[in-house]
Amino acid sequence: MAVITRAGRGRPRSGGFELAVWYLIRLSGVALFVLALSHFSITHFVSDPAVQTSQWIFGERWGGLLWRTLDWLMLQMVVFHAFLGMRTVFTDYLRGGARTAVLMTLYLVAFLVFVLGTVAVMSMPVGLVR
Amino acid sequence: MLLRYRGGAGMLAWALHRIAGVALWLFILLHVFDIWLAAANPALYDEVLKVYASLPGRIGEALIGAALLYHALNGLRIIALDFWPRLTRYHLQLWYACWIVFFVAGIPGAYLIVAPALGLPGLKG
Repeated sequence: MAVITRAGRGRPRSGGFELAVWYLIRLSGVALFVLALSHFSITHFVSDPAVQTSQWIFGERWGGLLWRTLDWLMLQMVVFHAFLGMRTVFTDYLRGGARTAVLMTLYLVAFLVFVLGTVAVMSMPVGLVR
Repeated sequence: MLLRYRGGAGMLAWALHRIAGVALWLFILLHVFDIWLAAANPALYDEVLKVYASLPGRIGEALIGAALLYHALNGLRIIALDFWPRLTRYHLQLWYACWIVFFVAGIPGAYLIVAPALGLPGLKG
């Protein structure tokens, strides 16, 4: 039974991949509610952009592996959530060849963003300032 | 256009959710790149940081925060309605509750983000 609400997209009747996307968007959304809002609060209310030099990032913010792991988890959630969300947007407005081309580009960019973020998390020296 | 279309509050909630979502996606492209820069070219990153800490940068961050907060709150509302369909009767009340939280948390939040660039008292004196 598909449940249609006025707020979101109805749960896909087709099952399979579309249903998996429907659940993934919601699950990663709940994770990001905690991860992204706490990340924004830490960088703007606990700390301040004026002091967040690259030294501060690998010395303080990413001085321990726990924070790096949490931010890397957020990266994974954000890549899933943002790019599956954009897939929904593009699928709504594009048809045929244009849709295929844009979606393939989108998946490529998602992969690049994931690689770029992972390289940043992994390659920064740990805790040099301390 | 948005206000004249016959969709009402539900349609406006959806349109704002989508606009905020696309804006956040664009910011994530920028943000992952700038953090990569902090590892790849620290000196250049520190220059970029000055833009983030400037007044226009901080106004932009307050707007990103607003997009994030609305998208997060309305997103929880969507999830709640999807998994407990009987709540749909109260979808409008839930949307108004989102806006109450948005302004109660968002106005002081936006002030604290912008204050340092204007020399106003903030969290760090």
